[in-house]
Amino acid sequence: MSGPNFSNPVVRWIDHRLPVFTFMHHEMHEYPTPKNLNYWWNFGSLAGIVLVIMLLTGIILAMHYTPHVDYAFQSVERIMRDVNYGWLIRYIHANGASFFFIVVYIHIFRGLYYGSYKAPRELLWMLGVVILLLMMATAFMGYVLPWGQMSFWGATVITNLFSALPGVGEWIVTLLWGGFSVDNPTLNRFFSLHYLLPFVIVGVVVLHIVALHRFGSNNPLGIDVRGKQDSIPFHPYYTVKDMFGLGVFLTIFAAVVFFMPNAMGHPDNYIPANPLVTPAHIVPEWYFLPFYAILRAVPDKLLGVLAMFAAIAVLFILPWLDRSPVRSATFRPLFKIFFWIFAANCVLLTYLGGKPAEGIYVILSRLATVYYFFHFLILLPGLSIFETPKPLPRSISQPVLGSGTAGASKENS
Amino acid sequence: MMGARGLLTVAAAALVSLGLTAAPAKAAGNAVELPSQNWSFAGIFGTFDRGELQRGFQVYKEVCAGCHSLDYIAFRNLADLGFNELEIKAIAAEYEVQDGPNDDGEMFDRPGLPADRFPAPFANDNAARASNGGALPPDLSLMVDARPNGANYLYALMTGYGDAPSGVTVAEGMSYNAYFPGHQIAMPAPIADDGVEYADGTKATVDQQARDITAFLTWAAEPNLEERKRMGVMAVLFLLVMTGLLYASKRKIWADVH
Repeated sequence: MSGPNFSNPVVRWIDHRLPVFTFMHHEMHEYPTPKNLNYWWNFGSLAGIVLVIMLLTGIILAMHYTPHVDYAFQSVERIMRDVNYGWLIRYIHANGASFFFIVVYIHIFRGLYYGSYKAPRELLWMLGVVILLLMMATAFMGYVLPWGQMSFWGATVITNLFSALPGVGEWIVTLLWGGFSVDNPTLNRFFSLHYLLPFVIVGVVVLHIVALHRFGSNNPLGIDVRGKQDSIPFHPYYTVKDMFGLGVFLTIFAAVVFFMPNAMGHPDNYIPANPLVTPAHIVPEWYFLPFYAILRAVPDKLLGVLAMFAAIAVLFILPWLDRSPVRSATFRPLFKIFFWIFAANCVLLTYLGGKPAEGIYVILSRLATVYYFFHFLILLPGLSIFETPKPLPRSISQPVLGSGTAGASKENS
Repeated sequence: MMGARGLLTVAAAALVSLGLTAAPAKAAGNAVELPSQNWSFAGIFGTFDRGELQRGFQVYKEVCAGCHSLDYIAFRNLADLGFNELEIKAIAAEYEVQDGPNDDGEMFDRPGLPADRFPAPFANDNAARASNGGALPPDLSLMVDARPNGANYLYALMTGYGDAPSGVTVAEGMSYNAYFPGHQIAMPAPIADDGVEYADGTKATVDQQARDITAFLTWAAEPNLEERKRMGVMAVLFLLVMTGLLYASKRKIWADVH
């Protein structure tokens, strides 16, 4: 069990004292990865790369931005007009936030489909949910910084939600505001936290990867790696595959950044914040819309806020709600159908969150909200009891049906 | 094969999310359908028409600037419109700019310099409201980005004045506009046929002036639009080639797995 043999003497000298090269060799080159991962497995590393893009552009933007209610909007316009390539850096950062959520949502739905949250990867999954929560807080506070109309009114609406909590509500809202309305202290602390939280995300991402490397990636068949014939080293196989995926991502990303950079933003945010003029419709960024729809679907303010948070909290206990021992939806005929209904329901919630809370939209929001929780709380526990999974293949390298499993003999008879 | 399908799905997911984001923008806009115009700056190869920009600037200077500020534009930025340094100096010098304090502690007026921004027509918002029947003429620097479908909206607004349809009463001091949300706008029809006399001899119809001012304000909102699109074409072409090479590498490296 000796470490790798490095030919470069400098590398050897360093590695003897600080085994970073051994560590990298172990985690990149020797790290066994299932050989059957499909392209849905690209989105994890992709999310990591987008995080780095966001950090780099964000640090540069912070050099030019002024977190003060009288100068914030102007300083952003200065970045757009007078800072060299400032427009490019800001458009990358603003659209990067949207693409970060696209990538992470796909990553999450991949985990849902292939049962990646099941034992022994429960903590890996829960750390992922923590990352999602931190991303949401960071994105929300980042959207406030340009101090446009949607920044201001979005901040007002979202921070006011906390006032619904009994007892501590008012206290929390005052703490968030740093005063008695959304004002300069609010902007200052949001800027401070918007700079801090991404580094907290980096920390949780490290834990996420440590937990991942404990048992390695799940795979489309959802069965464990049984030996050397089932796995390949991460490098070069998955590094090149991830690079190719990154190329596709960057092409789409560049097309949006260069050709339609404001398509995902709201025009009202190009109007400076004005506490005396409320926009006709206050709409959050698209990636919050499903949760916004759930919030508005509940007639009671406190229960609405709780439902919104519960929509994410339920993900934490998902590993214990879905008790089916079969991970991959490939072998779960009923689960597969309900997975797609659930995904469609999430798209519907996103659509409804962007519509005014009136008429048919309210009714649909309520139905979709009920279904969202029904899926997790009733359907998944029920399915794990009543569903008969298809026979599992014996191993990854022998995806042909074996004869040993109970399911197989039943199917053959 | 799996790869191509997977990627298509990714692209589709990205497109779906784009479609979804367009929804709130529409929800907040006006209910009236905006006619789409052909703009030289639209599309991935779009560029500004310098003549159009210069005429639009003339309309701004002679018409809009009476009430509307253009806070984020400096005289030096007019180089983008095709003016040379001497012309820019001459344009700037037409304006009086407040400077100071001088060595005696007094503020003083001096002719504008290329580095100055366009002086606002009113000292502050209250003065602007007082002169405009209580309505505040907004700054125009970002107008095209600050409205859904901004360029088409602006053109429609400029050409949308007319008599109110029967049954619609327009309040005192307001004008009817087919494209303004609520149809009652405090700004009286700003442009009229031959309201300006174009330096390049173009006939100044309402339609022509509306197109020119829209082009000018699109530039004002996004002075980097041309550079952005030019760079975008190069970036996307580069990325397509790079992605193709990466795909070939992936195929080669994976050839022995299975």
